[in-house]
Amino acid sequence: MKKRLGFLVSTLFAASTMLAACGGQGGNNAGGNGKDTFSVAMVTDVGGIDDKSFNQSAWEGLQKFGKDNGLEKGRGGYDYLQSSSDSDYATNLNKLVRSDFDLIYGIGYLMGDAVKEVAKQNPKNHFAIVDTVVNEPNVASITFKEHEGSFLVGVVAGLMTKTNKIGFVGGMEIPLIEKFESGFRAGVKAVNPKAKVEVQYAGGFDQADKGKAIASSMYASGIDIIYHASGATGNGVFSEAKDLKKKDPNRKIWVIGVDKDQAPEGEVKVGDKTYNVTLTSMVKRVDVAVYDLAKQAKAGNFPGGKTIEYGLPENGIRVATTGGNVPENVLKAVDEWKQKIIKGEVKVPTNRKEYEQFAATIK
Amino acid sequence: MSVYDVLQTIIPTAIFFAAPLIFTALGGVFSERSGVVNIGLEGLMTIGAFVGIVFNLTFADRLGAWTPWLALVAAVIVGAVFSLLHAVASVTFRADQVVSGVAINFLALGLSLFLVKKMYGKGQTDQIQVGFDKMDVPVLSDIPIIGPLLFSNAYVPSYIAIALAFVSWYVIYKTPFGLRLRAVGEHPMAADTMGINVAKMRYIAVMISGALGGLGGAVYATIISRDFSHATISGQGFMALAAMIFGKWHPVGAMGAALFFGLAQSLSIVGQTIPLLKNVPTVYLLIAPYVLTILALAGFIGRAEAPKAAGTPYIKGKR
Repeated sequence: MKKRLGFLVSTLFAASTMLAACGGQGGNNAGGNGKDTFSVAMVTDVGGIDDKSFNQSAWEGLQKFGKDNGLEKGRGGYDYLQSSSDSDYATNLNKLVRSDFDLIYGIGYLMGDAVKEVAKQNPKNHFAIVDTVVNEPNVASITFKEHEGSFLVGVVAGLMTKTNKIGFVGGMEIPLIEKFESGFRAGVKAVNPKAKVEVQYAGGFDQADKGKAIASSMYASGIDIIYHASGATGNGVFSEAKDLKKKDPNRKIWVIGVDKDQAPEGEVKVGDKTYNVTLTSMVKRVDVAVYDLAKQAKAGNFPGGKTIEYGLPENGIRVATTGGNVPENVLKAVDEWKQKIIKGEVKVPTNRKEYEQFAATIK
Repeated sequence: MSVYDVLQTIIPTAIFFAAPLIFTALGGVFSERSGVVNIGLEGLMTIGAFVGIVFNLTFADRLGAWTPWLALVAAVIVGAVFSLLHAVASVTFRADQVVSGVAINFLALGLSLFLVKKMYGKGQTDQIQVGFDKMDVPVLSDIPIIGPLLFSNAYVPSYIAIALAFVSWYVIYKTPFGLRLRAVGEHPMAADTMGINVAKMRYIAVMISGALGGLGGAVYATIISRDFSHATISGQGFMALAAMIFGKWHPVGAMGAALFFGLAQSLSIVGQTIPLLKNVPTVYLLIAPYVLTILALAGFIGRAEAPKAAGTPYIKGKR
């Protein structure tokens, strides 16, 4: 009897791990041989290459790079490995090292430590990390000027708020998200000094319930535009906005999306009319950055040990306008501010201290 | 902000936050009252959320406004069937109930993500278009003071959850079935001697917990996240478990605990605008539910006593 139950339980475990693995692995099958071509690979964090966010975007960049250079998916070409938990990062990176990829990306700030560790152990290999900085001579760090994009959506929010109350929902209170917050607040302040921005952090990127609760209290207190930088927590923000819109289609409430164009998330049908609560989105072009770095590395200019920041001039950041909720004059203002930032006339704050200094210059 | 304004934001939030926890915690009460520990609530919620969303996406065009309700029914059925795994392992094969529950958690997440990838070719589903609408309860929402607090901007499943807590209390404490359920959980041998089929009772109880866990997950996904991905159910099942313990394995207590957890959550959000709470770091309010659960378990807040036979398989004829 004891044996039978042990077998049953271990079968359950085995089945579940296998299923998870089947869902994850992309396939390492195309047996490669060419050591003469340049090959690239990436390791996703737990989101996976179809997370509708930065992992997916990074994979799109790699795919494009592979296509443009006539590479095949798999060893010797371009490939990815998916991590199903934090403990997979180092293992997956090592696997790719052993498969002789010329450049290996770690996607997401969660992978910073793993990339550092593996890069130290394999000083001859080239690595890249997205969204954080790893100070190793064989690692190139890709970061984005999220504060600049956030500034621009802040301009949109500042010009379009009717109540002069705007909300910001952050995932975790970390320097990266603070960049979003500070840039956003600066953008609002620049065009509408009277507007007040309320800032809330959910404490995680997977807390849709907290996101919804925060949005509920924000909208109830008269806030009409919420910018979220909180991953899946933002689902809750969208769900609250859509429910309120459904109850009262005339109510002007908005969500500003993040990382990708979130217009599809904002669609809401009332009767036979379709509304969209997504005002705009701050899009991070991870694909552009990944592609660009691969190109540099292929040409022999791998920027090891350096940090490359992608911002507005490099097309690394974009303001999405799908849905047509932003009127022409506001778009024009966004464009003006964009030029000012590119020319360096405006320095967008990246943390709260710099924001205070920035705010002091505006009356 | 006046006190009333604050209440008006806190209370509706607390209620919708609590609803999925109430369903799931009630499921836990049934299972543990019969003597089967159910760590797998998280997994059952995951399965429920998965079924709720997939059903909704598949049939929304044909079923219209009925979709979310029927999706809940589907989640209840699949949740009950899925929990059979736990019942078979822990009742028939007398496996360690905690290990089996953990296996349920792993299996549920792996299986549902695998199926999502197979069905939709991506890691998460699209957002559902037909959900439960916010509504003002007719007549009741016009009551001064209480109306806007308790009966406005609410979701119907929240009220069902609260009603179900009282139904569960009646079933467990006032019906012969409930008496047998409790007897099996407290002293299975005595119950067996009196002619109660222990295994059958436990099977039924675990399946009820699966049904309610699935319902909780589906309500969560339909109202809150609106899609299904690996992050949809992240810890809610364990919060429900905590609510059950904090509520001392009593249905109404579990409901109260779940509502209290919701209140703590929404207080932590609104707290920054209340003068008195402004200086309290939000982290204290966020951890309040867990700290209180530990205190309850440690015996500081009354005594939280589990059903005596919870966690031990019943072997006929063994003393």
